[in-house]
Amino acid sequence: MKGTMLIDGQNVAYDGEKNILEVVRKAGVELPTFCYHSELSIYGACRMCIVEDEWGGTIASCSTPPKNGMKIWTNTPKIQKYRRMILELLLSDHNRDCTVCEKNTKCKLQELATRFGIKKVRFDATHSKHELDESGPSIVRDPNKCILCGDCVRMCEEVQGVGVLGFAYRGSKIKVTPAFNKQLADVECVNCGQCAAVCPTGALYVKNETEKLWDVLHSKDKRAVVQIAPAVRVALGEEFGFAAGEIVTGKIVAALRKLGFDEIYDTGIAADLTVLEETKEFMERLKSGKDLPLFTSCCPAWVKYAEQKFPEMLGHISTCRSPQQIFGAVIKEHYRSTKELDRRQTIVVSVMPCTAKKYEAAKPEFETAGEKDVDVVITTQELALMIKEAGIVFDDLEGEAVDMPFGLASGAGLIFGVTGGVAEAVLRRCYKEKTANSLKEITFTGVRGMDGIKEAVVEIEGKTIRLAVVHGLKNAKELMKAVRKGKKSYDFVEVMGCPGGCIGGAGQPMNGSTATKTQRAKGLYKVDKTSQIKRSEENPMIMALYNGILQKKHHLLHNPLKSGVHTKE
Amino acid sequence: MRIKTVEQLEKTAQDVNRLLAQQEKKVLVCAGTGCVAGGSLEIYDAIKKMVETKGLLVSVELAEEKQGIGVKKSGCHGYCEMGPLVRIEPYDYLYLQVKLEDCEEIVEKTLIQGQPVERLMCHWEGKLYAKQEELPFYKKQTRIVLENCGHMDAESIQEYIARGGYQALAKALHQMSPEQICKEMSNANLRGRGGGGFPAGRKWSQVLAQDNPVKYVVCNGDEGDPGAFMDRSIMEGDPHRMIEGMIIAGFATGGSAGYIYVRAEYPLAVERLRIALEQAGEYGLLGKNILNAGFDFEILINQGAGAFVCGEGSALTASIEGNRGMPRVKPPRTVEAGLWAKPTVLNNVETFANVPQIIMNGSEWYKSMGPEKSPGTKAFAITGNVNNTGLIEVPMGTKLHEIIFDIGGGIKDGKKFKAVQIGGPSGACLTEEHMDLPLDFDSLKKVDAMIGSGGLVIMDEDTCMVEVARFFMNFTQNESCGKCVPCREGTKQMLQILERIVNGKGTMEDLNMLEELSDTISDTALCGLGKTAANPVVSTLKYFRDEYLAHVVDKKCATGTCQALKRIEIRQELCKGCSKCTRACPVNAIEGKIKQPYKVNQEKCIKCGACLDSCPFDAIEEV
Repeated sequence: MKGTMLIDGQNVAYDGEKNILEVVRKAGVELPTFCYHSELSIYGACRMCIVEDEWGGTIASCSTPPKNGMKIWTNTPKIQKYRRMILELLLSDHNRDCTVCEKNTKCKLQELATRFGIKKVRFDATHSKHELDESGPSIVRDPNKCILCGDCVRMCEEVQGVGVLGFAYRGSKIKVTPAFNKQLADVECVNCGQCAAVCPTGALYVKNETEKLWDVLHSKDKRAVVQIAPAVRVALGEEFGFAAGEIVTGKIVAALRKLGFDEIYDTGIAADLTVLEETKEFMERLKSGKDLPLFTSCCPAWVKYAEQKFPEMLGHISTCRSPQQIFGAVIKEHYRSTKELDRRQTIVVSVMPCTAKKYEAAKPEFETAGEKDVDVVITTQELALMIKEAGIVFDDLEGEAVDMPFGLASGAGLIFGVTGGVAEAVLRRCYKEKTANSLKEITFTGVRGMDGIKEAVVEIEGKTIRLAVVHGLKNAKELMKAVRKGKKSYDFVEVMGCPGGCIGGAGQPMNGSTATKTQRAKGLYKVDKTSQIKRSEENPMIMALYNGILQKKHHLLHNPLKSGVHTKE
Repeated sequence: MRIKTVEQLEKTAQDVNRLLAQQEKKVLVCAGTGCVAGGSLEIYDAIKKMVETKGLLVSVELAEEKQGIGVKKSGCHGYCEMGPLVRIEPYDYLYLQVKLEDCEEIVEKTLIQGQPVERLMCHWEGKLYAKQEELPFYKKQTRIVLENCGHMDAESIQEYIARGGYQALAKALHQMSPEQICKEMSNANLRGRGGGGFPAGRKWSQVLAQDNPVKYVVCNGDEGDPGAFMDRSIMEGDPHRMIEGMIIAGFATGGSAGYIYVRAEYPLAVERLRIALEQAGEYGLLGKNILNAGFDFEILINQGAGAFVCGEGSALTASIEGNRGMPRVKPPRTVEAGLWAKPTVLNNVETFANVPQIIMNGSEWYKSMGPEKSPGTKAFAITGNVNNTGLIEVPMGTKLHEIIFDIGGGIKDGKKFKAVQIGGPSGACLTEEHMDLPLDFDSLKKVDAMIGSGGLVIMDEDTCMVEVARFFMNFTQNESCGKCVPCREGTKQMLQILERIVNGKGTMEDLNMLEELSDTISDTALCGLGKTAANPVVSTLKYFRDEYLAHVVDKKCATGTCQALKRIEIRQELCKGCSKCTRACPVNAIEGKIKQPYKVNQEKCIKCGACLDSCPFDAIEEV
């Protein structure tokens, strides 16, 4: 649909925009919304996006298609009055202890109330008290802050295909809750945190473990070893005014050092190990023809999802541990075997873009010799909070290099953070031809990009290999169903739970719009471009490890629950 | 028994009519929900047993040639105020407020001797009305949709067929094309009886125009307005009429299946619909190749869980799909993507029940009733402080005065009329000045009211209009789905303000805020129910502002309805200080010394009135 609309007296052309809201925003007017997200279905509940038509009618712009010649006004006295009234009404039913709220300064309600100059709520406070749901390992639910926009409900259902959140009760007693008032830990929540990522207020937020980490950093008898996941370095900067996708690895390392970490490493090295192990596993399966397709196992949300929804397919999931868990197991083993004299306890901390990593680290199978392989997981956002709390001026930091020996990662290991990255890294390993040309060739197979389900066909050693790359669990569900029904057949499938892959994780700075994710992806590909080592097997540290610790402890690279069968919790 | 052709349908009608003719007398005991609650089923059993004992009972199922008496459970007669009702044909006597002990006399005197039992008949203003149709309650009515209600066995497809039932379906299937039916419906300008008043013919044409192999017909039987029971009575009293309308709609629009969404609180309607669907299936009027026209159609019943909002189209279809009943944004409209995202005809019970007659008699006939832009008749449920509560049907455009005073028999106990709430919680209060207002879609819209589904709650001079507004707001607040902010939070705040006012704690700012909230909700709510949620407040504020002011400024409720605004006072000049009242008071709120005038401690007083009766000197009064 093409045409022209008159918005606030100005002609604005539209072409394909589904609703007036998109056209208005294109025209440079930032209409306020709580429940509108372009990647979710249109819900139309908050009514903040109202505009006035030429007959004085009030219309919700999110759910009205543009029409040629239509005249609308976005900021009339009436509309202004209504928006303020709606905000006041929302605030009357909202716990307004903003200063102690997890989303303080990042809350949409707070932002719009400020923007619309709400200084006083003329109504009695009516919100009832609800208990916090802190049952889950990653996400906290605080119904006292909920404005019932339904973003989390739609995200969980429409994008993630999980559907553990829904509405219950009628009228003003309505609330968002898992079925039968259960707690998040008691339902099939996969801890992906996408609900918290879209929640405009503090009704859903990521469990904060910074306090626990401060204790580690402050104690002298602990050796704090930190790993930085690939996706963190292209997003953390956003918290400090850098553009999305800007690579701030050096500053992160400097900040971590200032915070008091003893050793600062890169998860990318563990990703390189994953590539080698997973490729080996894949080649073996290709040879035997058994349990194909092989699904990746790096994403804990995906693994939990598969355990719940497709238990009969678990044999298809790679037995490899995720990079986070490989890193933890190897580091702990390293310090165990070198028998350090300082008698300090090694604490492995990971900085992740992901909320499900908190859940993964807490899984009972990831313990070695009575110790957790990874002790504390903080998200990109939590790291930003710590940097701010410590008073570190991020902008002024001089970049520093990660420590050796576990700081060396190949480009292949670092593109793990974006959808298609694992598949690309595995292809680099598989390709016989190790030239710059072959690297280029791989990027054109179709593994890159933001399409929900990507497919690629490659020839390896005379064999035709069919790959698929999915991100967003709803896409994974569709693909699994097609595979199960025999409608689709693949040899290798990369699955990432969050849209965009880890760069779109719920631990990343808020506002993970597709545009932001695309920028972050670009950043990671740039990291790859500028790294000297492109392929995992070319990482010299990897060979050192295989010839060292891993010679006897090779099992550390695989899930201890034998032969890849992840049992249901 | 399967009816395969139109000829067989006609033959069946003739056969049943012949059998019905053998019932030289017919007893029609009202088995609508109201009369059943009054004990009509026991009356039915008693009469049936007596007739049986005398060897006079004859039913349609008995194909033998035998004259006798037919005793049947009919649908609602409408005159609910006077239930349980018993109609006796061929005399057309209508017996009112029949009790179990009256049955013997009815059987002896009327059924055997052919004499009326006058004491059970309608006496109005000194006159006796023997025949049902002559009763003032019925005389001014035009019963089209309700023509069978109360005149036949509500559970008999045979009787429906005998009365011309399914002839319209036969005509539609064999003599008309879907386009012709849609055109005829458009010409008739039948406007949706559920409240919106959208022309059914246009809706059907839009669905017909959709290019989709799967389409649905959905009947909205989720009648939820307090005091409205038109659709219930149709479903209970003449379910086949509505079903026939749905099948015709299916044929006319290319639908393959229909759903009846009926409230679970209507168990009798559900049961009668279930029986009717089973019968229609048995008779081949539902299922494959209906009347040999190559048209297949099925109807399923879906019971709602009693959410008012499920009367809204998109919430209703969501509920059928097994989802939470919440309205969604439009577009797409229901005609494009309704139930299971397929093109859907969604009409209410009364709308579908109008269809067979329009098809049979043509749109010109239909348009001869009522005003040009709102033709046809409309069923209303009249309740409240009116003499003849019940279910009526009048031509559209009938004046409010005629309904309340001629049919409704005026206000109870000789009180004065004050207001009528039309259209349920989405509607408005109309007053004396609207008495000559013709009731139709357009003229009501002009006074910011709506016909709604047709509930009329009549209120007398003792009704507190602020309390009425509070009552409806409480209903709306409880029944809001909670989706959009203005409706969920706005109605909650409006209710709080109204509660403050009836408790004597309202301020002038509250009145302004009520208006501000009303504007916001009406203009910004997501669905029709939200947009109209403030109507009862808006209309009472408009027509009864002085009552609001009395509550807010003078802290008085003239009708004495609002307990918190009542005061009990002892007239000092009359009080002799006998102390009797102090002993009557359950909360020790009366203070003073013996032989001196007593006083009421207003803080403690619970306004129970016990002291009023105890005073020998009439010194205590309510002010």
